Amino acid sequence: MSNTQYDLNKGLAQMLKGGVIMDVTTPEQAKIAEQAGACAVMALERIPADIRAAGGVSRMSDPKMIRGIQEAVSIPVMAKCRIGHFVEAQILEAIEIDYIDESEVLSPADDVYHINKREFKVPFVCGARDLGEALRRINEGASMIRTKGEPGTGDIVQAVRHMRKMNAEIAKLTSMRKDELFEAAKELRVPYELVAYVHENGKLPVVNFAAGGVATPADAALMMQLGAEGVFVGSGIFKSGDPEKRANAIVKAVTNYTDAKLIAALSEDLGEAMVGINEQEIKLIMEERGQ
Amino acid sequence: MKIGVLAVQGAFIEHERIIQELGYECIELRSKSDLQEIDGIILPGGESTVQGKLLRELDLFDSLKEKIASGIPVLATCAGLILLSEEIENDDNCYFGTLPVTVRRNAYGRQLGSFETTQHLEGFGPFPMTFIRAPYIVSVRDGVNVLGTVDDKIVAVQYQNQIGLAFHPELGEDDRIHRYFVELVEGRKASE
Repeated sequence: MSNTQYDLNKGLAQMLKGGVIMDVTTPEQAKIAEQAGACAVMALERIPADIRAAGGVSRMSDPKMIRGIQEAVSIPVMAKCRIGHFVEAQILEAIEIDYIDESEVLSPADDVYHINKREFKVPFVCGARDLGEALRRINEGASMIRTKGEPGTGDIVQAVRHMRKMNAEIAKLTSMRKDELFEAAKELRVPYELVAYVHENGKLPVVNFAAGGVATPADAALMMQLGAEGVFVGSGIFKSGDPEKRANAIVKAVTNYTDAKLIAALSEDLGEAMVGINEQEIKLIMEERGQ
Repeated sequence: MKIGVLAVQGAFIEHERIIQELGYECIELRSKSDLQEIDGIILPGGESTVQGKLLRELDLFDSLKEKIASGIPVLATCAGLILLSEEIENDDNCYFGTLPVTVRRNAYGRQLGSFETTQHLEGFGPFPMTFIRAPYIVSVRDGVNVLGTVDDKIVAVQYQNQIGLAFHPELGEDDRIHRYFVELVEGRKASE
């Protein structure tokens, strides 16, 4: 990936800011998402809650299914490949996906190495639980970061934990003396230049979204107030009683994330939220995949 | 002097940073009450479908359209250009429709079609341009001044006080268009 291409890819993430990216499994769902105001959709065969329920190995979706969604909407379409599975990424690039999510939601294909994302022209978003993971993914060529959260649970606690941890680590770097940054880079296992960038700018060098466990307009606004620049909603929408209404409400809550009166109105009569699973109840911890 | 930046979705902070560096105050536009004291409007990049929908549902649309039609200076980039255009060739939606041009959405295809180039811009000379899933202008009506083209496709226009750009000056280092825009705003304020 040339520097120009990397800037263009970071730029697309900038255009998505303040928006909601929704998981969809069919062209019909994609259209509902677009009409509800999604700024992009994530095309996948099964949403995380169903992946969790079904168990077994979870892989990249059928390209034909992804193409159907690309044809159904005019907003950007993203798709997931397994961590380290660079051939799945090549396939997604070949069908001209707008963004690849190298995702812990799918079963990892490599337990040591992530994809060398610098080799690709197409942009990548990756999950992170803390600053070190985020900067390592950026060093590999990711042009957008999201919190991992714990996908498919409808439980926001992990996303909150990851966002707070990243914020705290960024604040710590910002307050350090310059001569302390070399040691910090060593501890974070990332190049000095990335650490120096965070030190000077007080933020990641790429856009940072929240993901994993967002189920209500209040969850989305919570993540925005904690510093997320936008929100991914996976199972939260199409696992709920009234997907259309909930999608609309979450979009507006992300735009007006400090307007409690409006969010109160948006939260009324949304129907059944997705059934949540507490972190103590789950066996498969997806956030631990790919560090 | 205050510049209102539409802040319902997209890359609005990038514009605000440049305007603030030029010494002007920004107001983020999210509801009708934000519109009262503004002297200029920036419509940023983002997704036009999202912005257009939120404009209507957050009850911003009519008042904003009225302001634009009354001649307040507007700088519109990418999705903002789509919101201003009178006609969208490949989309049944029409938003403000105050800029008499026909625009094509996602005219360069998907993200792999995004590109950077430096081209001549009328009144500015060579100008770095970043196109991200960008539109271009298919045709213009009388009174529209074409400021720039890339491969014969129109990518920059001015019509009265409305500047429409298919690319993203807010992502680069070159602030000449923003300087020109605030001059327009100053000029209009002085003549009032």
